[in-house]
Amino acid sequence: MSSILKLREFWLAVLIAALVFATDMRAPGFANPGRLSGIVEDSSILMILALGQMVVILTRSIDLSMASNLALSGMIVALINKAAPGIPVPALMLIATSCGLLLGALNGLFIWRLGIPAIVVTLGSLTIYRGVIFLIAGGQWVNADAFSASFVAYTRIEFLGLPLLIWYAVAVVAAFVILMSRTSLGRSFYAVGVNPTAAVYAGIDVGRTTFYAFCLSGLLSGFCGYLWVSRYVIGSVEVARGYELTVVAACVIGGISISGGVGTVAGAVLGALFLGVINGALPVINISPFWQMAISGAAIILAVVLNGRGAKRSQRLILRQAEAAA
Amino acid sequence: MSLQSPETRHIPDRLGTPLKAAIFSWPSLLLVVGVVLFIVNSLASPYFLSPWSLSDATFNFTEKVLIALAMALLIIAGEIDLSVASIIALSSTMMGLALQHGAGTPELVLIGIVTGLICGAFNGFLVTGLGLPSIVVTIGTMSFFRGISYIVLGDQAFKGYPESFAYFGQGYVFWVFSFEFVLFIVFSFIYYLLLHRTNFGRQVFAIGNNDVAARFSGIRVERVKFILFLLTGLMSGIASVLLTSRLDSTRPSIAAGWELEAVTMVVLGGVSILGGAGTIQGVVIAALIMGLVTFGLGLLNVPGIVMSIFIGVLLIFVIALPIVFRKFRNRRR
Repeated sequence: MSSILKLREFWLAVLIAALVFATDMRAPGFANPGRLSGIVEDSSILMILALGQMVVILTRSIDLSMASNLALSGMIVALINKAAPGIPVPALMLIATSCGLLLGALNGLFIWRLGIPAIVVTLGSLTIYRGVIFLIAGGQWVNADAFSASFVAYTRIEFLGLPLLIWYAVAVVAAFVILMSRTSLGRSFYAVGVNPTAAVYAGIDVGRTTFYAFCLSGLLSGFCGYLWVSRYVIGSVEVARGYELTVVAACVIGGISISGGVGTVAGAVLGALFLGVINGALPVINISPFWQMAISGAAIILAVVLNGRGAKRSQRLILRQAEAAA
Repeated sequence: MSLQSPETRHIPDRLGTPLKAAIFSWPSLLLVVGVVLFIVNSLASPYFLSPWSLSDATFNFTEKVLIALAMALLIIAGEIDLSVASIIALSSTMMGLALQHGAGTPELVLIGIVTGLICGAFNGFLVTGLGLPSIVVTIGTMSFFRGISYIVLGDQAFKGYPESFAYFGQGYVFWVFSFEFVLFIVFSFIYYLLLHRTNFGRQVFAIGNNDVAARFSGIRVERVKFILFLLTGLMSGIASVLLTSRLDSTRPSIAAGWELEAVTMVVLGGVSILGGAGTIQGVVIAALIMGLVTFGLGLLNVPGIVMSIFIGVLLIFVIALPIVFRKFRNRRR
């Protein structure tokens, strides 16, 4: 029991529940199942992306290109759907996912093979991928009437009372629980992040593991590309602009340490849910949506402050230097 | 920030001569790229080689490079500030608020700069006072500062700045040399002196290379880092005055995405994103290159988003090239 109380995921869940409860007091009816499932639906894409970002951050890297990757993969399937409405949607999902995987692998290759810091590579690909959207679409938007009915329906069809979008998120979360706790790849993400030198001695290829992390984040970004375009029924250059930092924010709020090696699937999911609940609650209690940005900013700062163990950090730094010298 | 696993370092038997080192240095390489771009540009468009259009071109980067100068020091010291563009937005909003209450030009400038300093101090306190990682802190303050602008402004805008205020972003000091451009020259020089000619600059390098060793050699690491965050805030405040004056309006979305452009400038300028190495000359030349590229392509009617592809490719290419080259050479050895 006491070990549960020490878990920050537990307290984050309590905080989210309290937030829902408090909002329900101010605006009765907020906590009804329909509304809550709406909030989960709104945060589904962020959840999936946060899981992808999590593995990257675990390996001491960062992927700033996720939103651009999402927008590009989404635009590609949007254009395909516009040109050939007959192609079944599952095939389009597969195309978006593999397109995302390819873009992620490209990032990973530069980081693994050339040893360029991840933040530099993904900063570059962030602008490149978004520029490519403009090129392939010729500066045009893909408007709502250009999509086939099934393209739009595949995130909306209800199954057991919940829209498919939520089920996709559930499936990804389940896959990640297994990946992170039951496979050697999942464990090696942690090993590489906690101590790369030790990981090498344990027979883990640090570069290759980082590469896989970027493949994974790319793959999920691509998949979310379809989900985003289908949910918001628009394909344009502006899709998800600036969203990469929201994804990082969800991870940070979920307790994933930016210095690597620390973080859980539950944390990433709850971090995304937290932002989703705030976004859902604000309009209900008559606070202008313009408050949203400042509040999520404050939440991030608060999360880092609560997470921060300043003293420990500098100790670990000394340890790291000692390892480097040894 | 990613940390690479320790690598064995190749130590040369003999140091190169200073001249050779200068010729093969990063700024020289960039300078060559810049000159090539300049020639290509002047061949591609007949409108390029005119003093006035070149002067117009400088407005593309002068405000950003002011931030990049301070950001370079911060990155060399192993920290980063992603909130700079949001500081611009907040400073601009505060100036707009002051304008509503009848502030004149001197007060506006003062308020813009002080707001920048306060934001920088806030970042600095969180990073050095509480010992938090700067990349996350400043992602937080990035939303927070701009968020305040959105709370104040919503979908509105402040307009109607006084005539005399327009000088900072639109005025010319002498012939084609705009006030912004002169400020850019002055600050480049100041930052060059600060980083390469003072104790403080040496301390910045020492901290970036090994902040534990720096601490043990008596450098007040926290204080130096705090000052760097203050400087970044200050420069963002100044950039905000310039930009607000140039646009003659304040919207909460002002300067969106500039944080990544400033970082791109710094990294393209040869500053190591892992800290400990870099020059102001490199950053200045990188800024000129980015200005040339955007302006030259603009004359050829290339849309802005396509230019950004070019900048992105340039960033990766310019950093990857020496690494590929070194790998190739090591393999032969």
